[in-house]
Amino acid sequence: MIHLTPWDLVIASSMIILLAITSLLLQLNIARQLTIAAIRNVIQLLLIGYILKLIFNTSNLFLLASIATIMLLVAGYEINARQKYPLKRWVGFKIGTSALFLSSFSMVLLTLMVIVAPTPWYSPQYAIPLLGMLLGNTMNGISLGMDKLNQSVYQQRAIIEQRLMLGQTYQEAIKEIRTESIRTGMIPIINSMAIAGLVSLPGMMTGQILSGTPPVEAVKYQILIFFLIASGTGFGIMLAVWMIAKRMFDERQRLDLAILKIK
Amino acid sequence: MGMTGPSGIGKSILLKALADILPHQGEIFLGEIESQMIPAPQWRRKVALLPAESQWWCDTVGEHFKIFDETLFGQLGFEQKVMGWQISHLSSGEKQRLACIRLLINQPEALLLDEPTANLDKDNQANLESLISDYQKKYQIPVIWISHDKAQLERVCQQLLVLNKENYKLRPLTGAQL
Repeated sequence: MIHLTPWDLVIASSMIILLAITSLLLQLNIARQLTIAAIRNVIQLLLIGYILKLIFNTSNLFLLASIATIMLLVAGYEINARQKYPLKRWVGFKIGTSALFLSSFSMVLLTLMVIVAPTPWYSPQYAIPLLGMLLGNTMNGISLGMDKLNQSVYQQRAIIEQRLMLGQTYQEAIKEIRTESIRTGMIPIINSMAIAGLVSLPGMMTGQILSGTPPVEAVKYQILIFFLIASGTGFGIMLAVWMIAKRMFDERQRLDLAILKIK
Repeated sequence: MGMTGPSGIGKSILLKALADILPHQGEIFLGEIESQMIPAPQWRRKVALLPAESQWWCDTVGEHFKIFDETLFGQLGFEQKVMGWQISHLSSGEKQRLACIRLLINQPEALLLDEPTANLDKDNQANLESLISDYQKKYQIPVIWISHDKAQLERVCQQLLVLNKENYKLRPLTGAQL
């Protein structure tokens, strides 16, 4: 495998800087977010690189659990960032984190204990990359689904109230919105499964091939990951949408948007 | 019973509270039943609220109705083909009449009407008034009717509740009293 020098990364970063300058000139309002994200990216990845190097040499369940917890909490927080009509901070964090935990962790446990089954099952070389991919993708899906749900309910609140007035239950009154939100959250993963191999070579598979794994072995892993991500995302969104929708109505099934942080 | 009073006094809020769609204090009885004794959707089917502005969520009229009731639709001047009409092409008057039919199809046991004829011409106004009055007589149910039209209230109500900033008055309506 060809090793990258710091200089190689500097060249790549000049492209990001070019993009930031262009977007500034065009007043696209993304220069700031782009720059921050790029800098965070470098720091976080370097940090995790060194941490991984350290813990790969020790198979310590406690250490692994702590890292997994940190990953979960950060993802749970990030779900609610960048939403148009975000949930109030604490509720949003609670719902996001529990949906992530139930969906991603169960998928990872299934993989570690039954499917890949390394020895020991909590071997960090498998556990951390798997958990990372699952959490990252599930987080994206849940975040998109939540954004759609909150926005639709807020904008269609008069319609929802009308349906309640006609004697519909709250589940009936938001049925279409709920379906649409789950669909929105699932689009990215369904798209990437559908085009994988034809249009795009998925990231993990590319990485394995670059580092010398035989292509068919890499493909098998990629299929496994796709299935895990799709199921994790799907169940995660359903959980989150179900939990939020329930809390948007009070005990007498009145629409109550106190759960939203409306600016 | 009619209800009138200046804008912003809380007439619509009161109707919403009665339909248990807004949090409220006190108890609401329909016959022997208090609102909290039965599930909210069931209460709202019994105590039906017609809001001042109706909302529609599907593309065509028909999707909002489980059945086509020929007499109800006919009384407000609609034929079967209305079921295929696009919601986006309806006038505000058509929406108001259809919303009224949609409400009565649920066979409510009390009616809360928030300016039900605000967008209607004279003929349709008369049709809707007689439709409501027929329904009221047939099932012997309470009706609360918000309106700013005193002549109309005189026609359709037996008592009138007048809300003001300082107080409220309930008085019987016997023809010439307004």
